Parts: sequence; C-alpha cells; structure tokens
Amino acid sequence: MSILISMVPATLMVATPIIIAALGGLFSERSGIVNICIEGIMMVGGFAGATVCVLLESDPTFGPYAGWLGLLAGLVVGIIYSLLLAVSTINFKADHTIAGTAINMLAAGITIYLCQIIFGQQRTIAFSKGISKMKKIPLLSDIPIIGQAFTGIYPTIFIALILVLVTWFVVYKTRFGLRLRSCGENPHAAASMGINVYKTRYAAVMISGALAGLAGAIMVLTNGIQYTASSIHGVGFIAIAALIFGKWHPLGTLGAGLFFGFSSALGVYASMIPLLNLIPSEFFSCIPYILTIVALIIFSGKAVGPKASGQIYDAGKR
Amino acid sequence: MKKALKLFLALLVSVSLAACSSSNTEEATTTEGSETTSTSGECPVTIGLVTDMGGVDDKSFNQSAWEGVQRFAEENGLQDCVSYLQSTTEADYVPNLSTFADEGKDLVIAVGYLFNEAITEVSANYPDTMFLFVDDVVDHENVESATFNAEQGSFLVGVAAGLTAMENGSKTVGFMGGMEGPIIGSFQAGYEQGVLAVCNDCKIYVDYADSYSDDAKGQQLAAKQYDLGATVIYQSAGNAGNGVIKEAKERGDVWAIGVDKDQYQDGMKDDGTSVILTSMLKRVDSATYSACTDMLNGTFEGGTKVFNLSNDGVGAEVTSGRNLSDDVIAQINDYAEKIKSGEIEVSSEATIANGSSN
Repeated sequence: MSILISMVPATLMVATPIIIAALGGLFSERSGIVNICIEGIMMVGGFAGATVCVLLESDPTFGPYAGWLGLLAGLVVGIIYSLLLAVSTINFKADHTIAGTAINMLAAGITIYLCQIIFGQQRTIAFSKGISKMKKIPLLSDIPIIGQAFTGIYPTIFIALILVLVTWFVVYKTRFGLRLRSCGENPHAAASMGINVYKTRYAAVMISGALAGLAGAIMVLTNGIQYTASSIHGVGFIAIAALIFGKWHPLGTLGAGLFFGFSSALGVYASMIPLLNLIPSEFFSCIPYILTIVALIIFSGKAVGPKASGQIYDAGKR
Repeated sequence: MKKALKLFLALLVSVSLAACSSSNTEEATTTEGSETTSTSGECPVTIGLVTDMGGVDDKSFNQSAWEGVQRFAEENGLQDCVSYLQSTTEADYVPNLSTFADEGKDLVIAVGYLFNEAITEVSANYPDTMFLFVDDVVDHENVESATFNAEQGSFLVGVAAGLTAMENGSKTVGFMGGMEGPIIGSFQAGYEQGVLAVCNDCKIYVDYADSYSDDAKGQQLAAKQYDLGATVIYQSAGNAGNGVIKEAKERGDVWAIGVDKDQYQDGMKDDGTSVILTSMLKRVDSATYSACTDMLNGTFEGGTKVFNLSNDGVGAEVTSGRNLSDDVIAQINDYAEKIKSGEIEVSSEATIANGSSN
C-alpha cells in the first residue's frame, strides 16, 4: 500500500507533460494537420521556460513567480514556433510529416545555439527552484490513508486536468469545435458550408503549439534543473502515442497519459514489489510503445482518427 | 502575394546560408592566423586541441581540457604555440584532427570517447604525429590514452556520504547510475567501499536509470531512495542525475553528490545554500597538462596512462566553508593519503545489484 501511495506523485509528474502535449496534438489533428513536431515545439518551450526562469529568478519583484512566468514563456514561444508548421503545411501545402520532421530537427539545433549565445555553454544555467512540489493540498491531503498520496505532487497536474475538461468542452460543445472537427473530417464539405478552412487550421495549429510549448516548459521546470539537448528525450512522440491510444478523445488521452505515467513509475518501484521484481525494468519503459502498436492494430479496421488528417487541403481540388 | 512570400523565404534561406558559410571561412582564417604566428615564433613544441561538440568555454570537458593546455602554455611562455579547433558535429572530428596533423603539430589532443573511431583512423594516417586521447583507449604506438580511476574519487565522496549519514543518524545512503556496466560500475564500487569504510553498518541503495537523459526517471528514483531513508545520493547519470538534484532541492534536508565536475552551483536553492554535499572530480586538465609537459620534456610516449589520486587525475571537491565540515574534510584527505600510499586498495568491482541494497 505504501508503495502504491509513493507511486502516485511519480505517475503524475511523468503524466502531466504527456497529457498536455497530447491535447495539443489533438487540436491539430482534429483540424486535419498531423503535428509530428510536438517534440520540437516542446524543446523550444522547455528552453524558453528554463531561460525565463533563470533570468527572472534573482529579480526581486518577479523572482517568486519565475517558474510560472517560465510556463507562460513556453506557451507563447510554442505558439510562435508552431507558425512554422502552419505556414509550411497550410499556405505552402508541404507534406505534414516532412515539414514536422524538419521543424523537430531545427528545434534541437536552435535551442542549443541560443543557449551558447545567452549562457556561453551548451545548456541553460541551472535554475534554483523551477516549479516546486506542493507540500500539502487542502482537502485531498486530509483524507485518511490515501491522503498521503497527495503530498509532494507538482501543481502542474491540475493545469493538465483543467485543460482536459476545457478541451473536451471546446471540441464537442462549441461552434469552433464543430468547425474544427469538420475541417479534419472533410474540409471541402466544410468549405462549401462557408467555413474558412485555412483560418480554422491556423487556429488549431497555434493552440497545438501553445499546449506543446507549455508541456515542454512544465517538463523542464518540474523534472530537472536546466534545459539540455536531451531534456525532452522523446516525450513528444510518447504524447502522439497517447493521442492515438486515447482514440483522439480528450478523456482518452487523459487515461493514456496517466497509464504511461504509471508504467514509468512501475519501472521505478518494480524492484520493491514481489513477482514484478523478476521482470527487467526496461520492460516497463517499452510498455507505452507496445500498447500503442497493439491499439493501432485493433483500431485499424475502424475509423477513429480524423479522416482528412494529414491530407493537404487545396480548395481547387475535388 | 503567395509568390512574393515564397520569394522572400527563398531569399531568407540563401542569405542565411551565405551568412553561415562566410562565418565559417572567417573561423578558418583565424585558426590559420594563429598557426602562422606559432610557426614563426620558434616553438619547441606545437600543440593542437580538437574540441568535442561544444567550445572551449562549455564549462565542461572541453573547457577543462583547454585550461590544462593553457596552464602549460603560461608556465612555459608558449602561448603562441597552442591552438584549438572547434567541432560542431561528429563529422568534423576527422577533418579537424587531420588539419592539425597536416600543419605539423607535435601533439594533437582529442577529448571524449566519441573520438574513438576518428583517432583510430587519423593516428594511422599520420604515424609521425603524437596524439592524446582522453577518456578511452586506442591502441596505436603514437597515441597516449588517458583513463581515470573513477573508483578512487568515488571512494572519497563515499566517505563524505557515510560520515554525513552517520551524523544525522539515518545510516542510509543511495547511488544512482546511468547505465549498468563496467564504467559506471567502478563509480558504484568505489562509493560502496568509501561508505562502508567509515560506517560499516550503513545501508546503500543502488538504482540505475537506464538512461543518461531521462531526468524524470532520475527524480523518481531519487524520491524512492529518499523515501527509504537515504540522506545522501551519489548520482553518476549525466542529465538523468539532474532529477536527483531537483528532488534534493524539493526536500531541502537531504544531499546529492555531484559527478565529473564541481556541481555546487547546479544545486543552489533560492536561499543561497546548495544541496550538493561534494562532487567527484575527473581532472581532464591534469591529463592534458601532463601530456603537454611530457611532450616538452621529450618523455611523451604511446600507451595507456592512468590518472588517479596520486597524479591529481581524480578527487573529491573539498572546498572549506561549503557543506562539508572541516572534520569531514580532514578525514577525506586522510583516506586520500591512504589510497595514494597503497594502504587502501580500491576495487572497481561493484557488489550491490541494481534495484537492491546491501
């Protein structure tokens, strides 16, 4: 029981950036743009978050909020960087996968280059605090026995939970959401009904960039002490896997993200659990990928993903 | 409108490409320039350092290696006889090494195991040039391979960890490595022996992150070990070790031990104190300095040269007034003397399995 309780903070810490980045992927894919560069946007967001945090930390007025301003910086820079994807795929009709791959590669280079310029080394300087854990959560921590699980978790998980609800509401309950989904299913039909496909997709990609940038900043400011070239280490792709495993649905991605986080925590605590300690810890690291492949096979017959996702929209083509 | 935008982007790309290439030539000419001054100024030896990806100001291995070369140059008044070339990708290794060899440098230095293939190739092509290869072994006659006895430095930080755990009564410490194997295994081995030397009933938890980049996993493992009662964790896991430092900062009343270089600054909390108890130092500058000196004295020869406590190749960071008390520092120095004199022999075989404790 005590092991299970210790696994809660570990699970939530890893799940938070996966969930938020996957929601970013959801907006973009629902509008018909495959966003394979979540990883790259997360890098840029993580770099911006760490940099702002380091630079503001010693400031007397902004110092106490440096971590949160870092998150804001990640979000804003994520939007700006995602415009590269929007311009290349929406205006210039580039192949989504190739454009995304290029943007990923650019992110790795540009962030390290900027670190070299700003800090004179290949990584940012270490920040002293970043985002801190909550010692105690009102109400939740007071519950007997399981209340223990809610001590020492990062407040960012609540951002993720709120974003899941907001995403669900926006995608399924608002006019914008309906337009968004129609652009991803059949853009020509949507255009014939007077929807501006370009504008809708632009908005979707920018929201996607905001969420991925925020996720990257959260990851750097909660997991480590500085931004390095390996800070994001593939979590952007795990987020895409969570999106697929969650069937392109906000609640599904929440479940998938929590499950991937749990499997990572299990890898850490397995050595203390009888029977599980016989399995090599690498096994738990590959569970997310194995399950995603299984999910793809199971879903392959049924149409669950947006139909027009990845297709280039050309108003003149039928 | 769209065409205009395309044209603009195309222009932008070509301009930036042109900018890149022009800055490259600039760099080439500056190195060329330093070369001409060095040959004209009667150099007893000429030395070239090829950096790994990252410059000589990367606050890490490259910087340390260049500092060793510069210390040598200053002491002997040979500032004009040393120069460096920066590598931006792995593809630069062979051309950079060959450039120095072509220029007739007496000694060419490369730092980091990533150079293994490049050194093997270039040292065979230039049998008359001497090479120093830091951190790994290439078995050629004209290559000196410098390796480090990490277990000796790890023993000393183990002493610091054991004494600290005794002091606060937890008698529990932890070790977190990157990937299991002989390299990190020697760090673990030295640490185990150092802890047990001062606290023979101390408990040591050992975990590996299976990664040098996953700081989230590092933080999870650190939380697990601290929850189990560990007061100090020695991390030897590259960027994954950053997770250990972050978790130590969150808790505030526990310690982490740095690796390879002095990580005191990385552990700074907002109250101006650091969670880094001490750091295991790998002195790359000692290796480059001694190779340059050997070159000048004509005693440089190929083969493997081991850097340990005796020749200042490894050590523990013991700056007074930080987190170690003077008494602990005295004991660390004591053990260092015993290891140097051979009274204590530190084995490089780890005994505690991944995911368990003694």
